[in-house]
Amino acid sequence: MEFNRKDILDIASLSNEEITFILDTADKMKEISERPIKKVPTLRGKTIVLFFYEPSTRTKLSFDIAAKRLSADCVSLTASSSSMVKGETLIDTARNLEAMKPDVIVIRHSASGAPHMLSRYVKTSVINAGDGTHAHPSQALLDMMTVREKKGGLAGLRIAIVGDISHSRVARSDIVGFTKMGADVVVSGPPTMIPKGIENLGASVSHKVDSAIQDADVVMMLRIQKERQSSFLFSTEREYAREYGLSEKRMEMMKSDVLIMHPGPVNRGVEISPLVADGKHSVILDQVTNGVALRMALFYLLAGGIRNVDN
Amino acid sequence: MLIIREGTLIDPGNISGCYDIIIRNGNIVGIQAPGTFRELQKQDDVVINAKGKIVTPGLIDMHVHLREPGHEYKETISSGTMAAASGGFTAVCSMPNTNPVNDCAEITEYIIKKAVQAGRSRVYPVASISKGLNGKNLSAFGELKRSGAVAVTDDGLPVSDSQLMRRAMEYAMGFDLPVISHAEDLQLTGNGVMNEGTPATRLGLAGIPNAAEAVMVMRDISLCELTGARLHIAHVSTKESVRAIRDAKERGLPVTAETAPHYFTLTDEHLIEYNTNFKMNPPLRSPQDREAVRQGLADGTIDVIATDHAPHSSLEKDIEFCQAANGIIGLETALPLSLKLVQDHVITMETMVQKMSRNPARILGLEVGIIEGFPADITIFDPEFSHTIDADRFYSKSRNTPFHGWQVKGKALVTIVGGNVVFNEFTDGKRL
Repeated sequence: MEFNRKDILDIASLSNEEITFILDTADKMKEISERPIKKVPTLRGKTIVLFFYEPSTRTKLSFDIAAKRLSADCVSLTASSSSMVKGETLIDTARNLEAMKPDVIVIRHSASGAPHMLSRYVKTSVINAGDGTHAHPSQALLDMMTVREKKGGLAGLRIAIVGDISHSRVARSDIVGFTKMGADVVVSGPPTMIPKGIENLGASVSHKVDSAIQDADVVMMLRIQKERQSSFLFSTEREYAREYGLSEKRMEMMKSDVLIMHPGPVNRGVEISPLVADGKHSVILDQVTNGVALRMALFYLLAGGIRNVDN
Repeated sequence: MLIIREGTLIDPGNISGCYDIIIRNGNIVGIQAPGTFRELQKQDDVVINAKGKIVTPGLIDMHVHLREPGHEYKETISSGTMAAASGGFTAVCSMPNTNPVNDCAEITEYIIKKAVQAGRSRVYPVASISKGLNGKNLSAFGELKRSGAVAVTDDGLPVSDSQLMRRAMEYAMGFDLPVISHAEDLQLTGNGVMNEGTPATRLGLAGIPNAAEAVMVMRDISLCELTGARLHIAHVSTKESVRAIRDAKERGLPVTAETAPHYFTLTDEHLIEYNTNFKMNPPLRSPQDREAVRQGLADGTIDVIATDHAPHSSLEKDIEFCQAANGIIGLETALPLSLKLVQDHVITMETMVQKMSRNPARILGLEVGIIEGFPADITIFDPEFSHTIDADRFYSKSRNTPFHGWQVKGKALVTIVGGNVVFNEFTDGKRL
């Protein structure tokens, strides 16, 4: 198939065929990271800018490694090192970046919709590496890649996502992605953390964690941020761990082949107990490994694939 | 002498039908059978042929941010009153959140002086409830009233302190000033930037619940009951507010209310692609809320259509959605959007005129009407005039409208203030 997309902004704008094609491409990319010489010349001479307005370690490193394994030149820019601190607007920054002719701009921003705005002002390909509480498409794609790899497919699976759904861009992108691919998604957590109308994105809601997870093929735990206590979303971490955390005891009621996932960084002892995070059901580190392959696939499809090479 | 010939007059409760209007020295001096103007016509009289057009008492927009003094890069009194005139408004009320805030006689007088100099629509300043909008000390209502202020409000900000609101309402009674409430519970709004609901969840934007407005509408109705003061609720957007106001009116409380064209035209489902021209406060609500607002207009719960004209430049709007300023401009789109309610049989033409002229005048204590001896503040419009809204042709200095490119019907043709033609589509209009 041809992949003619300029940007990867969210999962909602991708078709099922495109998602499958990205996952297939990522599967092929994965082998490169297993080689002794982990580098192919595919994107030699291409420039990728990592533009991170919001702190990130894992995602940024993953994009950076992915670019380097494909031989692209990768430069990174953070909000504190950019002219943002001098009062430059996002649009001006974007236009200046574009004037230096990069091939792909990867942006993370605390404002929902910032990558969409950027993409309207630049002709360069834009990858959304997480915008506010809106979308995190590369994370959802790597989650789908991981589940597909372990389960052999996505259709018909039951995916439970537990935690602060309101503030999670990962949850939103996963809900849209997994339901698109034929899985059932149920979200759970304290009612304070379930946003209004989430059912209309395709997820069902269960305020009881036990009923959400007991038939699940995949359980995705979300990080609980301590600062949400000040906006009255929950009482104490201790209570959260007991009422909503994934404990060994809860593991007993779950399917024997359940996959435990977490987009990281993990709050051990809060949303997930250490033994579960490190247990045999956990695929948390597979997610990280697949993240590199998935992001290589995105770079390849946007900057090195049919779109650019054939033209 | 100025003569408006053969227009279809609509002045609810006063006159309707085809008449000639004779204007002399700024006042209406004759309303007579169509065609009879010729008996009086002299060589140098100006005659406006209004045949087939609607002639109404001057439209009044009681909720406008003119931005001067302080934010002249967004709008000036001159550009704002020209925009008003071209939208068919003979008068507007200027909101006090300027810099400096309109909390004293000097600012009120300055605004009126500038408006007179501009010579377009009249400006009736609304003064602040609290000094500098600080939510702590009462502004000097007495001197503000004497200088020309017609109401008080802290619009843009709610009066969070219930005791201040109570005292403001009591104090305002002493000067016969209505108190206009921007009803919002800031804690419930939190960091919300659009209506709470599925569209916000989909876009990953923090939501503002209906209750953020409704709880304050209910508080202020309670205070109205306590004090007996005249209360006007600004920019009603939720079904709960409409219900509370309807109930208050049934109980005979002196409560009035307004809504803006965007609340009866758009919903949060129109907000796509993070377009900041759909961001305002209160936010666009659900389709059910829009329906309740339309119902409120139809049954008289909502007395007034006012635009909440809020000019912003690209500096405030061409940025990330959550950081962009609230508000859209409305003066040059209100008439066709309101006429759409008439076309859709939500309200009659008479009711529309009532809500855009007679009712705001009654609330603010202004004289308006097609009545002999009254100042000749008159709007002539063509309800059938089809055109495409083009923000680049607005008189406003700002372009922040969600209605750019909309195909609409209805346009003000001639706007007359005190007997002077302050806008004439055929000579000033940028469209023809």
